[in-house]
Amino acid sequence: MSFPTTPSQTVGPFFSIGLAWAGGPLAVAEDMPGALCLKGTVYDGAGAPVTDSLVESWQADPEGRFEDLLGFAGPSKLAGFRGFARCGCEEGDGSFEIRTVKPGRLPGPGGSRQAPHIDVSVFARGLLHRCVTRVYFADEAAANATDPVLASVPLARRETLLAAPIDGGYHFDIHLQGLNETVFFAL
Amino acid sequence: MSTKVSAGMRSDETLTDTPRSYEREPADAHPPLDYPPYRSTALRHPKHPLVHLPHTITEITGPQLFPDRPISDRDTDLTRQHDGEPIGERITVSGRVLDTEGKPLRDTLVEIWQANSAGRYAHRADGWPAPLDPNFSGAGRCTTDDQGRYHFTTIKPGAYPWGNGENVWRPAHIHFSLLGRAFLQRLVTQMYFPGDKLFELDPIVNSVAEPRARERLISRLSIACSAPHWALAYEFDIYLRGPDRTPFEEAH
Repeated sequence: MSFPTTPSQTVGPFFSIGLAWAGGPLAVAEDMPGALCLKGTVYDGAGAPVTDSLVESWQADPEGRFEDLLGFAGPSKLAGFRGFARCGCEEGDGSFEIRTVKPGRLPGPGGSRQAPHIDVSVFARGLLHRCVTRVYFADEAAANATDPVLASVPLARRETLLAAPIDGGYHFDIHLQGLNETVFFAL
Repeated sequence: MSTKVSAGMRSDETLTDTPRSYEREPADAHPPLDYPPYRSTALRHPKHPLVHLPHTITEITGPQLFPDRPISDRDTDLTRQHDGEPIGERITVSGRVLDTEGKPLRDTLVEIWQANSAGRYAHRADGWPAPLDPNFSGAGRCTTDDQGRYHFTTIKPGAYPWGNGENVWRPAHIHFSLLGRAFLQRLVTQMYFPGDKLFELDPIVNSVAEPRARERLISRLSIACSAPHWALAYEFDIYLRGPDRTPFEEAH
């Protein structure tokens, strides 16, 4: 017997009533030495910040271990590592900032190796379903060059998936639409 | 591969029971991102085609529940979060979280939020001039039990007008967020109430193309489950994507 999935609906405005909490943006322990911040802004097709967007991230630790519910690939040896972060405060400027670490490399399809990456879901008013993208790291050129997912993205658009090193972490803007539209994935 | 039993697993559940790859959903399983009757989609939908993402270890895993956010009884009973009782029709909302094979999904986080009985959200940006209820915040959380069940007590939310047109009203609804057991199962949706005439006029509802799929967003009134002299019961089951049974795509 097979049942159809329940359809998605927009997260709407005012989601922070139910989804936001103070520790949400922390994928690692708050006081972890060497933690970095991943920050950016979600933009719409007119280049305006999406002030009511919700960003969630999911990733491995630096050794490639997940703190996952099903116990597939963990646990992480990193104290306080969660690997999941949620940032959506609806406070006005469309920016997000999560505290995390750079993940390790992971196995990929057909014996390949994936470059360090973070899976990201974007929800917002006006998005009837989440948009999923991946954050890769611009300073991992060698690993990125052999990543099977990046290889499947048209060359001219790959740069939209690269987080740029900044003081204290990385910068990664998300463009839902427009000239620099971010690459989004079908799951 | 480790056979360690983690927080989300029980001793009777092994890694071989849990999916390594998930089904690809049909294109119309969820609403299109570009849906002009819902005006806010215009500048927010990607125009490039989505790129196929293989189901790798990052996608078939999902977070454990948040230890810094323990769940208490107050989180499942939205009528008991303040000193007084909220105004409105007390109801229970319960159901099961299942995968598309009908397997219960245990230990999954269910988060809900909603407007009060007058249709006003307890959010500073909600400008609808209906009264706020000092005894109602409108947010709840719980985790599913071994049968995939969740249960909330709340009050029935009201309809409210919104900015999609001159005289446009949202049907009463409760927002649902499901973490699932894998990144691939993450779902945000809305639950509606049976017999609501606003349902068929709502562009957010109508963004779901198939009438039968839209009906899956409507809860059932259950007299049998209602608490006599206390609360009417609404039931709402949620189906998240299930395992891929075709051997062609292996997760890694």
